[in-house]
Amino acid sequence: MRLILLGGGETVETVYFLARFFAGRGDQVTVVDPDPAEARALSRQLQATVLVGDGSEPAVLEEAGARQADVLISLAPYDPDNLVACQIAQKRYGVPRTLALVNDPDNEAVFEQLGIPEVFNATRVIGSLIEGQTLFDEITHLFPADEGRVHVTEIVLDREAPAVGRSLRELDLPAGSLIAAIIRDGQTLVPQADTQLLVADRLILIAAPEHQEACLRALAGT
Amino acid sequence: MAPYDYIVIVGCGRLGALLANRLSGLGRSIVVVDRDEAAFGNLSSEFSGFQVAGDAAQLAVLRRAGIERADCLLATTRHDNVNLMVAQVARTVFQVPQVIARVFDPSRQAVYNEFGIETICPTQLSAGIFLEALQAAPQEGAP
Repeated sequence: MRLILLGGGETVETVYFLARFFAGRGDQVTVVDPDPAEARALSRQLQATVLVGDGSEPAVLEEAGARQADVLISLAPYDPDNLVACQIAQKRYGVPRTLALVNDPDNEAVFEQLGIPEVFNATRVIGSLIEGQTLFDEITHLFPADEGRVHVTEIVLDREAPAVGRSLRELDLPAGSLIAAIIRDGQTLVPQADTQLLVADRLILIAAPEHQEACLRALAGT
Repeated sequence: MAPYDYIVIVGCGRLGALLANRLSGLGRSIVVVDRDEAAFGNLSSEFSGFQVAGDAAQLAVLRRAGIERADCLLATTRHDNVNLMVAQVARTVFQVPQVIARVFDPSRQAVYNEFGIETICPTQLSAGIFLEALQAAPQEGAP
């Protein structure tokens, strides 16, 4: 895959680690950083082509190989720079896939309306992580899998949890869900239908998003 | 000039302030937006509109400027990308009927003209005027 990474300044670390990741997979990576000193440091540390320039300038994108690129990831610290870089890459050079960093959560919808649907927003990700945890300390959303079609969640049963003292058969969880493992006293058990749940059990729940709420209610009482 | 009643001007530098003063003097309702409050010092006594301090690349700031009621937006900051983004947001998200962006970089201007954003490029304009002046000047001492 041919990939162009734009960024620098506040985001130079992210640019470095992403470039290292993709170059390590064997992708052909070109980095564009407007700061000459940063660009020099990046080119010493990376197996990548590093250019100095403004990635929202058409000539710079062209020099970075936009015509042949499969993906452009724009990580500039300021939202308008990412929008313009992605739009020019897409519309002028036909880059099939562009991804943009957005800082202002409102800009997720704005970018989508302006033709850049793939955005990542740290404010929202961190916000939802914290929200997910403060709503209920005993539940940790581990990760969404298969593009969000499945959620993996860890639940710790406290004294009041309705699932305590009951078997999985009695709980009758929705069909689209599964308790994949129980961590009890440091041991991992694969539960059977008649396994009884105890206080302080940590359950690893795998569920489709539409069943997740029902599962959490049955298990933890939220 | 078409009768725009409610004009949002983004950027209150020399150009933005000049436009704001003139249009306000003509009796139009003007809101100027600038990230830097000190920029409002460029406004003259002719100006009787409103000032909003904030980054117009944020929807919340444009809303504070009353973008929903505006029938015209002029994006005049010194940052091409801000002007291009704000112009598109005004047109696509808020359906503002008349939107014009200043873009210094002629190559960026060319791209955005292709997809229908009205732009003014001072670099192109001044180059044209310079060339005209050269042609009009008497060629003293020419070989």
